[in-house]
Amino acid sequence: MQIVVDLTRCQGYAQCVFLAPEVFELHGEEALLYNPAVPDDQLDRVRQAAAACPVQAILLGEEVSAGAR
Amino acid sequence: MPDDLREGRIVIVGASLAGLRAAETLREEGFTGSLTVIGDEPHPPYDRPPLSKQVLLGRMAADAAALPMRRDPDAEWRLGVRATGLDPVGKQVLLADGESVTYDRLLIATGTRARPWRNADEAALDGVFTLRTRDDAGRLTERLAAGPRRVLVIGGGFTGSEIASACRERGIEVTLAERGPGPLVGALGGTLSMLAAGLQRAHGVDLRCGVTVTALRGNGRFTGADLSDGSRIDADVCVVAMGAVRNTEWLAEAGLAAGPRGVACDAGCRAFNMYGIVTDDVFVAGDAARFPHPLFEYQMLSLEHWGNAVTQAEVAAHNMVSPEPARRPHLAVPVFWSSQFGLNIKSVGVPTFSDQVVIAQGSLDERRLVAVYGYRGRITAAVTVNMAKWLEYYQGLIETAAPFPPGPGAADGRPLVAAFPIPSNVPDPKGLFHGPTVALTGYLPDRRLTVVRPAD
Ligand SMILES: Cc1cc2nc3c(=O)[nH]c(=O)nc-3n(C[C@H](O)[C@H](O)[C@H](O)COP(=O)(O)OP(=O)(O)OC[C@H]3O[C@@H](n4cnc5c(N)ncnc54)[C@H](O)[C@@H]3O)c2cc1C
Ligand code: SF4
Repeated sequence: MQIVVDLTRCQGYAQCVFLAPEVFELHGEEALLYNPAVPDDQLDRVRQAAAACPVQAILLGEEVSAGAR
Repeated sequence: MPDDLREGRIVIVGASLAGLRAAETLREEGFTGSLTVIGDEPHPPYDRPPLSKQVLLGRMAADAAALPMRRDPDAEWRLGVRATGLDPVGKQVLLADGESVTYDRLLIATGTRARPWRNADEAALDGVFTLRTRDDAGRLTERLAAGPRRVLVIGGGFTGSEIASACRERGIEVTLAERGPGPLVGALGGTLSMLAAGLQRAHGVDLRCGVTVTALRGNGRFTGADLSDGSRIDADVCVVAMGAVRNTEWLAEAGLAAGPRGVACDAGCRAFNMYGIVTDDVFVAGDAARFPHPLFEYQMLSLEHWGNAVTQAEVAAHNMVSPEPARRPHLAVPVFWSSQFGLNIKSVGVPTFSDQVVIAQGSLDERRLVAVYGYRGRITAAVTVNMAKWLEYYQGLIETAAPFPPGPGAADGRPLVAAFPIPSNVPDPKGLFHGPTVALTGYLPDRRLTVVRPAD
């Protein structure tokens, strides 16, 4: 599963960082860095983070698979 | 007839952020016809902002940034094949492999590419890079990991500055050369450019402003560059970060108002033809589009903003399947973010559409502030540095054309830090190595060569 964070909306509240520190991290005071490719063992945590984000900036989903129709 | 518009053949050219979000929205809006997405990159849609941030820092692989789907758009993905032409009469997209695809409605989402170094032989030297695609990022990261002695970055826009930041964080010596008076000046004007320059120097960037790079040197392999002040930089890696070029060449014969500034469209994302007449069946969204915005005197804007690619794609897709009375305008206020040297910089509105700027909260010294931009007495933009939570508040002021300067303590009851607005000092982009990521491109939709009207 992949994630993308809408950083135009993200306000650096860092809920995601507390809930899934292996995927999200703050760089300095409020610049969010994250790993878009979510390891399977982090999926539950990332789902919680997406639900907890106060501005609903985290989107979790499958990537387009090549050759897909 | 709405039923008809939900059927038929829709083709999207450009399989990246705008193309994917449009495809999803078409299905969300009930489109049941056939959908084809054509992209010249061999990869499924991926996200670009991490390429100059997490990827260069070595925290994630360049090929790990695939974009998640909101829903499966049930499309035929024709990846790795370039659209080479458009026949608007026969309604066909011509492909590089000799095939063609017929459409009833077309969305142009071909975005931009990195502006190459002007001398092709010098650009071909081993060690000279640009950064736009995941393949670019993969190659550059590999080179950074090999521990170069020095990296030369040409261009002090957002991408160039982010690259310099990543190099310093990795402990690599870096020289940044910018023809204009300072980094980020094209996007943010003089005041915040001063902050950016101070920040870069404090982080050990060898910043050279007001100079041009006259030649790249090397014999097969890049070894350094000559600057216009007579100095020479010895480096083993060079990143050309001189802004973006719109991918509109494939439309040269299509009779559209398409040129170096993008494809002109109306507020509903319908493309204009070369006579300035709006088309019914060709739409455009994302970095490739040039569109009028009422908050900025209806000047045509070209944006290189992630958020704009998403919202404009959604509006375009909605309008592609909606009858005229149900169509929506794309009126979102431009929002952009960048992270560099540990700071989170966000902008709302169009900072280059300004004559004055005031620091409304925080200060340059603290490197935490809100700068508010005004044009002829109303607020047109705000930039936050590590104060992103305030962005929405200022967005509201921009949307309501609130008077500039904002009242004392407008936001949080604190007095204005710099009581007097000063000129925003937005230079003519012609004198810069980097372009603004929001460009005002004049009023006429069918101007192929546009004159950028200075903000005052
Ligand atoms: C390194 C980097 C960092 C960035 N950082 C930020 C940031 O921090 N904040 C921010 O707001 N924005 C940022 N951006 C900008 C953001 O990524 C773009 O605004 C966004 O990608 C635009 O999406 P798009 O789909 O319109 O165009 P693009 O992403 O450019 O996609 C266009 C696609 O069309 C393809 N194409 C072009 N011509 C043809 C053709 N003839 N036939 C078929 N396919 C074609 C291209 O190869 C490409 O895949 C960054 C961009 C880069 C490169
Ligand atoms: S929880 Fe949401 S707003 Fe907060 S840092 Fe994470 S993504 Fe940003």
